[in-house]
Amino acid sequence: MTILVDEGTRVVVSGITGREGRFHALRNRAYGTQVVAGVTPGKAGQDVEGIPVFDTIADAVEATGANTSLIFVPPRFATEAIYEAADAELPLIVCITEGIPVRDMARVASYLRGKPSVLVGPNCPGVISPGRANVGIIPGEICIPGRVGLVSRSGTLTYQIVHELTQRGIGQSTCVGMGGDPVHGVGFLEALEAFEADPGTDLVVMIGEIGGDDEERAAAYIAERMTKPVVGYIAGFTAPPGKRMGHAGAIVTGSRGTAQAKAEALEGAGVRVGRTPTEVADLVAAALP
Amino acid sequence: MDLYEHQGKELFAKHGIPVPRGIVAEGPEAARAAAEALGGPAVVKVQVQAGGRGKGGGVVLVDSPEEAEAAAERMLREGFQGRRVNRVLVEERLPIARELYAAILLDRSTGTDLAMVSVEGGVDIEELARERPEAIRRQHIDPEIGLHPYHLRRLTGALPNELRDLVGNVVAGLYEVLTTEDATLVEVNPLVVLTDGRVLALDAKVTIDDNALYRHPEIEMLRSAFPIDPVEFRAREAGLQYVKLDGRVGIIGNGAGLVMSTLDLVHQAGADAANFLDVGGGASADAIATSLEVVLSDPAVRSVLVNIFGGITRCDLVARGLLEALERVQPTVRIVVRLDGTNAEEGRRILREAGHPMIVPAETMLEAARVAAELANAEAAR
Repeated sequence: MTILVDEGTRVVVSGITGREGRFHALRNRAYGTQVVAGVTPGKAGQDVEGIPVFDTIADAVEATGANTSLIFVPPRFATEAIYEAADAELPLIVCITEGIPVRDMARVASYLRGKPSVLVGPNCPGVISPGRANVGIIPGEICIPGRVGLVSRSGTLTYQIVHELTQRGIGQSTCVGMGGDPVHGVGFLEALEAFEADPGTDLVVMIGEIGGDDEERAAAYIAERMTKPVVGYIAGFTAPPGKRMGHAGAIVTGSRGTAQAKAEALEGAGVRVGRTPTEVADLVAAALP
Repeated sequence: MDLYEHQGKELFAKHGIPVPRGIVAEGPEAARAAAEALGGPAVVKVQVQAGGRGKGGGVVLVDSPEEAEAAAERMLREGFQGRRVNRVLVEERLPIARELYAAILLDRSTGTDLAMVSVEGGVDIEELARERPEAIRRQHIDPEIGLHPYHLRRLTGALPNELRDLVGNVVAGLYEVLTTEDATLVEVNPLVVLTDGRVLALDAKVTIDDNALYRHPEIEMLRSAFPIDPVEFRAREAGLQYVKLDGRVGIIGNGAGLVMSTLDLVHQAGADAANFLDVGGGASADAIATSLEVVLSDPAVRSVLVNIFGGITRCDLVARGLLEALERVQPTVRIVVRLDGTNAEEGRRILREAGHPMIVPAETMLEAARVAAELANAEAAR
C-alpha cells in the first residue's frame, strides 16, 4: 500500500509538448507509470512518442480515463491548468511549476476547498511510490520500495535523505514533495494523516526548513494523533536570519520560524530529529520494527 | 521584495491611506532642505528594508534643519545594523494622541488574507500579542469574496466610535494595496491618531510577491533604489540565488533545502559558510562556472564546497562546468566536490581524469563538509 499514487494512477500531463513536460512525462512512463495523455492547447491530435495530446484536460479524461493531473506549464498559465483539472474532477493534481504568484494560489486554494481534488504543490518535485508510480521529477533510481513514508518541503534535500535511506536498504512506501510555496496543497498534516492510515507505512520521515509554522502545526498533530514513529529533519540552523519585515507574521503564528524552534516543537511531540541527513537515516534504521 | 518605508507610503497614498508629508533625501544637504520645506522641526528616518529602526537609533526627532542635516549625515555614513544606507526620509513632526496597529498579510496556514487591528500599537506589539491577544482583533478575508463592510465592523469594533470609520478606511486601503499590487504583507505600526483627530500611517511595511513582479513593472523599477553588492548583482543576473555570509567556506549547491543543510553541516564540522549559493534546478555547465567565479570573488573564502545532488541537474555537466571555470579563474583555494544522483558516475570520472590539483573529490555530503571545513581552518591558521 501507498498514498496518493500507485499502479492505478493514470496521468495526464499539462504542458507535455514543452521541454520539461516532455522530458519528465517520458521519464515517468519509462519508470512504469501509466502516462496516458498530454494536454497542449492547439495541439490536439498530435502525440509525444505515442502519448496522445488533447486540447483540454476534460477531453483527455473522456478519451483515456486519466485520474491524475501533472502540470508543467509556465507560472502565468499554471493556475488555469489547476482549475481545469479540478473542474474535470481529477482526484489528484500535482503541480511542478515554480514561480506562481501567491495571490493566484490563494484563489486556487479557496476554489479547491470542499472539492474532491487533492493538490500537491506547486513548486514541488511531485510524488513517487517506488516500484509503482512516479508522478513528477523525483529521480526514480534513488528510491526502492519499502515501508517508510516521506514528506518534505524541499526538493534536492529530499533526494539526499531518500538516497541515504536506500543506501541502508531502507525502502519507501511513498515520497511526497509538498513544495516550498507559502500557499500549497497537501502539507505535513495531510501527508501524516494519510501515512498514519496507510497499512503499507510503518514510519514517517518529515523534512522541514526555516520559515512559516508548518512544522509547529505538524508537531501538534503528531502529539495528538500519530501512533506511528516520526523522524524529522530541519534545514537552516545556520541560515542567515532573514531581514524580518514587520511584526504581523510573528503575531499570527507566535513562532519566529527558526530551525531551532521547529526542532524543539517536533522533539516536544516525540519526534526524533536528526542533525544531519545521515543521522536521519540512522534514526530511521534504529526505529524501524 | 521588501519596499522602503517611503516607497510603501507612496503606494499607501495612491490607495487613499493618509500619510504624513515627507521628502526623501539622498544626502545631508537634501535632508536639511527637506526639513526647511517642512517648516523646521522634523523626523529623520533611515530607509532600510528591515524592522527595529525605532529601537536601533534609525528614527531621530530634530528641531531644526541643521539637526536634520547632522542626523542624515550620521545615518548615511554609519549605515544601519551593518546595512548600507543611501537615503533617509524627512517627515513633518505631528502631535500624536494615540498609537494603534493595523496589518493584513497572506496567512500561509489558511491560504486566506488575515487582517488585524490593535487598540494599541508601537514597538511592543508582539509582547501585546502574547500577553493580551484579545487586544488585537483578527479577521480572515477569503479572496473569493474580498473585503466586506462586516469585516471592517468586526476589526474596528474595539475602538472608540469616532475612530471606527477612519481606521476602517485605512484597512480598506491596505486591502486595496494588498490585492492590486500583489503584496503579501502590508503593515502600519504605528497607525496614529493625532490630537486633531486625524488618523495617519506613520510607518509602512510592504512586501511584494516576487513571483508577481512580471505584472507590476513599476514596482520592479523601485528595486533600482536598493543598494546592491556588485557580486550579488552578477549572481542575480545569472539566475543564481546568492547571499553573502561571514564565514570562510564558499558553498555551491543545488536546491535551497540542500544548500541550507550544507551550511548546517559545515558549521557542525567547525567552520562557517562564506555564502549561500543555490544554482537552481537543471543547472548548466555555464551556471556552475559562473557560480564558482562568484564564490571565489569573495576574498574571505579559504575553501569551496560544491555539493550537488542531481535530479534534473546532470552531474556530468556540473563536472564540465567546474573544469571550464578553472580555466577562466585560477583558484588559490581547494574545491571539495561531492556529486550524487543523475550521471554522478560520469561526473566523478570526468573530474578524476582531469586530475586538477585544486579539486578534492568527496564521497559523501558529510565527508565533503568535514574536509571543506578542515581545509578552510588550516588555510586560515597559516
